[in-house]
Amino acid sequence: MNAPSKVAGVLHGAPIIKAVKEAGVSHILSVPDLHTAGGLLTPIRSDPDFQLIRTCKEDETFGIAAGLTYGNKRALILIQYTGFLYSMNAIRAIACEHKQPMCMMIGLLSKEVGVAPQESKKFGLRIIEPILDVMGIERHYIDVDEDVAKIAPAIMRAYENSHPVAMLIGRKPI
Amino acid sequence: MMNRTQCLQMLAPHLTDEIVVATYSTASEWVEMSDRALNYYSFGAMGLASSHGLGLALARPERRVVVLDGDGSLLMNLGTLVTIGAVAPKNFTHIVWHNGSYEANGGHPLPNREVDFTTMARGAGIANVRRIERMEDYEAQLPAILSEEGPVFVEMMIEQGPLGPRSYEDMYKAERRKRLREALGA
Repeated sequence: MNAPSKVAGVLHGAPIIKAVKEAGVSHILSVPDLHTAGGLLTPIRSDPDFQLIRTCKEDETFGIAAGLTYGNKRALILIQYTGFLYSMNAIRAIACEHKQPMCMMIGLLSKEVGVAPQESKKFGLRIIEPILDVMGIERHYIDVDEDVAKIAPAIMRAYENSHPVAMLIGRKPI
Repeated sequence: MMNRTQCLQMLAPHLTDEIVVATYSTASEWVEMSDRALNYYSFGAMGLASSHGLGLALARPERRVVVLDGDGSLLMNLGTLVTIGAVAPKNFTHIVWHNGSYEANGGHPLPNREVDFTTMARGAGIANVRRIERMEDYEAQLPAILSEEGPVFVEMMIEQGPLGPRSYEDMYKAERRKRLREALGA
């Protein structure tokens, strides 16, 4: 099903971070994404509850997250949709075939407000949800504050059942 | 030039409770030589062995993590050296077998067989770096490689090993992964 999108509304970073903590995440693995850099990554970098691991390319984060999982630690992969596309083989192997709980928070940079991702004028944004669907990856659209309630249960479910999940950040968090 | 099989045979008796992350050609040899519960096999996404190892090292700081990487594999994920240099896990040893070829992919040469991983690792911020070309040096340095404060990076100059089809799926089978989780208490 296509993700709905609203014109009105706002998305705050603080409740997203709170939800990630509620899910037991201790490590944030990230390549900076302009879409989430200010609202999420900046507060996360000074948050003592998280260890932030900055990587050079996005596919590294999937290897690190897998290793953390075997060591019984939970990680959130915070990347842009272009990084998600770059990491396709790692996601195919580690998340899908090896069924590891890769929890991705994916910034939809430059998505038009009030426009669903699959209806965006940008080709790269239109293909994200169909790719997730064909890979069988659970996805959630986080566009306004009301959507944030989906985050903690989605991450916890991923770890309990050992499956990947993608949370698509539609609106730029503030 | 050293022989990887002999190097691995020399490594095995030095290990106790270390987590060993092995990938592709090295993993094929290692699983036959030392099928330990604390082995972790990195397959499917070539190049990520050191990233898997970094995650394990972060999650389990009380244990040494030893990554057995390939030169072709590392070239597919060179940024990992910068990430490891920045995170600087004290319990991390990264051994790269340098034979100048994509051994797991038919033995074709690297784009530049003379690539200098030691210099790259040092430039990436890893201070404890060494390049080993002779078995006697390897034997002498092995205890330090496994015990010095990490990250430790070792470039091992070896001859090309055997080519051929390998059963990677067997190495990644569920029973082995379950055994590792149990050994780590996860």
